[in-house]
Amino acid sequence: MGGRESDVVLLDEKGIRCDGRTVNQTRKVTIKAGVLKNADGSAYIEFGDNKIIAGVFGPRDVHPKHLANTDTGIIRCRYHMSPFSVTERKHPAPSRREIEIGKVLKEALKPALILDKFPRTVVDVFLEVLQADGGSRCAALAAASVALADAGIPMRDMVSACAAGKVADTIILDVNNEEDQAGQADMPVGYMPNLEKVTLFQLDGVLTPDEYKKCLETAIIGCKQVYEIQKKAIKDKFFGDGENQ
Amino acid sequence: MVNNKRKYVIPGDVITTGPYRPEQNVTLVDKKIIATTVGVSEIYDDSVKVIPLTGMYIPKNNDLVIGKITSHSSLSWEVDINSCYPGMLPASDIFGRNFQPSTDELNSKLKKGDLIAARIANFDRSRDPLITIADRELGKIDSGTLIQISPSKVPRLIGKQGSMIQLIEMATNATITIGQNGRVVVSCDNPDALLKALKAIRMIDERAHMANLTDRVKEMLESKSG
Repeated sequence: MGGRESDVVLLDEKGIRCDGRTVNQTRKVTIKAGVLKNADGSAYIEFGDNKIIAGVFGPRDVHPKHLANTDTGIIRCRYHMSPFSVTERKHPAPSRREIEIGKVLKEALKPALILDKFPRTVVDVFLEVLQADGGSRCAALAAASVALADAGIPMRDMVSACAAGKVADTIILDVNNEEDQAGQADMPVGYMPNLEKVTLFQLDGVLTPDEYKKCLETAIIGCKQVYEIQKKAIKDKFFGDGENQ
Repeated sequence: MVNNKRKYVIPGDVITTGPYRPEQNVTLVDKKIIATTVGVSEIYDDSVKVIPLTGMYIPKNNDLVIGKITSHSSLSWEVDINSCYPGMLPASDIFGRNFQPSTDELNSKLKKGDLIAARIANFDRSRDPLITIADRELGKIDSGTLIQISPSKVPRLIGKQGSMIQLIEMATNATITIGQNGRVVVSCDNPDALLKALKAIRMIDERAHMANLTDRVKEMLESKSG
């Protein structure tokens, strides 16, 4: 059920996946906060082979003016893939997919932000994918959340993100590009680890109710691992050379 | 550890669950007090707050700010005060009560790009902040060196009862005007002392979260003068 024909062995008898990981192991994640000089907040994430830069500007004046809300601040989010980020050159104009991901990421970040202190302003989040390798929306969301914290926008919680999926009838953590193409299901999840709330939830593929439950639980375990890395990135930037407290 | 109530926090960290009053940069979710920004948390007898290490300047009534004129209409100047809102400086503030929009030329007093020391006269969430320069020590800034630091670090630069800024002023003989919006104007006759004062301010900006910063600044100021 689902998935395309392919000769890649996604899962061998020992439970090792095509890139050498076990079923509940994420790819290597590194995050660095404060990479852009002119942005109010920024972050760079490497999530496996995904390489994404997040920049946050604001709160600032809203242009065009009619978008402004006199009761609260608003958030805008642009997800964009560089033409060189994928194997075949991608046209630089925003595609249907990019506009949609921008929208879901905006909605995934919104519950974490406290914007009612800044009426008539906007917080702009720019996400530029420099290299894509499956699960880039999760990586982008994790980076955006670090960039927002770096900018000092009030937040109820960080948003961490990780995907889970189904490959060779097994639930796996953190779907990579091959598994996304040839696998049976892909479920990206955004999660606020302290409030224990899900802010992004998508599912591509078919799962039984039991698998569905297990998949979500697996993804949340992944989110918690990503959260630790996000935490470290912020602490490194702000408390890096300070004395231990 | 001298005071174990202070802690480094990031957004989402639970500071405490006790019956405390949430103050700046914290929020209450199901009896848990949660930090909303990166900073240092402090628990007092009955309240909790986080001293931020990042973030933009939010205007407050009576704050001294250093602004830059960006444009003017026939009745007021628009001033960049390094915040998400532009400051509004009414023309009557300078021309007095008998200000005539038809005859008085705003450009003759303050031009685009001029720096002013101003005070926030009135600010609420429904309107842009109204600023004033009608006071001693306020008004156009003609000389000095402008540097920009993070607005969240201004209290650290001033220090307890102005201790830090006095330390720098005494050591370098400079005059320092600090705007709450993170703009600082330093004027000093001696170029070496000016450089040293700027260095000290930048050092505070970079290392604001550290303990015993005053001693370090003192050390730095004294090291080269000796």
